[in-house]
Amino acid sequence: MGDYIVLIISCVFVNNILLAQFLGNCPFLGTSKKMETALGMSMAVIFVMVLAGGITWSVYHMLLVKYNLQYLTTIAFIVIIASLVQFVEMFLKKSMPALYAGLGIFLPLITTNCAVFGACLINIGEEYTFMQSLVTSFGFAAGFGLALILFAGVREKIILARVPKALQDTSIGLITAGIMSLSFFAFKGMV
Amino acid sequence: MAKSLAQEFTKGLWEEIPPFRLVLGLCPVLGVTTSMKNGIGMGLATTFVLICSNILVSLLKGIIPTKVRIACFIIIIATFVIVVEQVMQAYVYGLFIDLGMFIPLIVVNCIVLGRAEAFASKNNVIYSMADGLGIGIGFTLALAALGGLREIFGKGTLTVWGDMAYTLFPASYEPFNFMVQAPGAFVCLGLMLCIMNLFD
Repeated sequence: MGDYIVLIISCVFVNNILLAQFLGNCPFLGTSKKMETALGMSMAVIFVMVLAGGITWSVYHMLLVKYNLQYLTTIAFIVIIASLVQFVEMFLKKSMPALYAGLGIFLPLITTNCAVFGACLINIGEEYTFMQSLVTSFGFAAGFGLALILFAGVREKIILARVPKALQDTSIGLITAGIMSLSFFAFKGMV
Repeated sequence: MAKSLAQEFTKGLWEEIPPFRLVLGLCPVLGVTTSMKNGIGMGLATTFVLICSNILVSLLKGIIPTKVRIACFIIIIATFVIVVEQVMQAYVYGLFIDLGMFIPLIVVNCIVLGRAEAFASKNNVIYSMADGLGIGIGFTLALAALGGLREIFGKGTLTVWGDMAYTLFPASYEPFNFMVQAPGAFVCLGLMLCIMNLFD
């Protein structure tokens, strides 16, 4: 149990997927202008990433390794993630319309979110067991959510500030992200 | 839409240069640019995928049903990414290891999918090829510039390709480590964007 807690802390803080591994930066900058969209995106990512982590692990170890097809990893994973997102969308629409309305537009966007795909690749690369890859997927997704929500909070305040013309919008966003990344560096010695 | 072939090509170099004007595909931009060499390698790999997928998407645009087009585009892109992966593993293994996860991640690079959706699925093959080449070269230049900048200040050296490395500062230069680490990537890109905005 202790191992899993260490794993979660390392995924959320030390190896934060957005600020230390540089994955999923497009939605990070794209959906962080409002707190609501940031929350929706984080929820959708947590949901899909844990599912995708479990399924890609099973497919890789039970199908691809067994038949010596590792070179097909990329295409297999992306097809799994794309169809998973589609499936989750249809399932939610039927059975949980309230949640579906909340996540709405963010679900299809996740297909091209490299954080999901990247987390699955990390699980394979580090040779985690099934349980470990579920835990790391959750940790990465939670780290994504944490960074995104914090960043959205900062960005809502930046709108009120007087930013020089050349630095506006994405430019100041990136510099802010840099400073946030610097603060996440402080966790480095923790695990 | 009466743009000439040359215009379709050159728009990728300044007007719509990917990571700056189209804020897409940021992950490899930030992740691999710890040296100029990595930036160029990543840029070229992406360019190859971009051109090939643009050509194929534009050829198949009449056949692919609109409802499932995104899935079809992704599979076309994934095919070319696997080609790049296999070729790089065979010929430039060192670079392949350096770029690591970011090579398979070209699949989910929004630039490639974005061009397939916004350009190649509406234009003919020659134009799509020019568009892919232009955007690809623009992306490579941007990655090389960012990689070069971070490497010069962060390590005091400049590696262009393979073993072609130059030491630019005297031995007494204390490397500014911040630049090659994660926060430096964000700040550097932000400042480059700011400088580009100044020129408009």
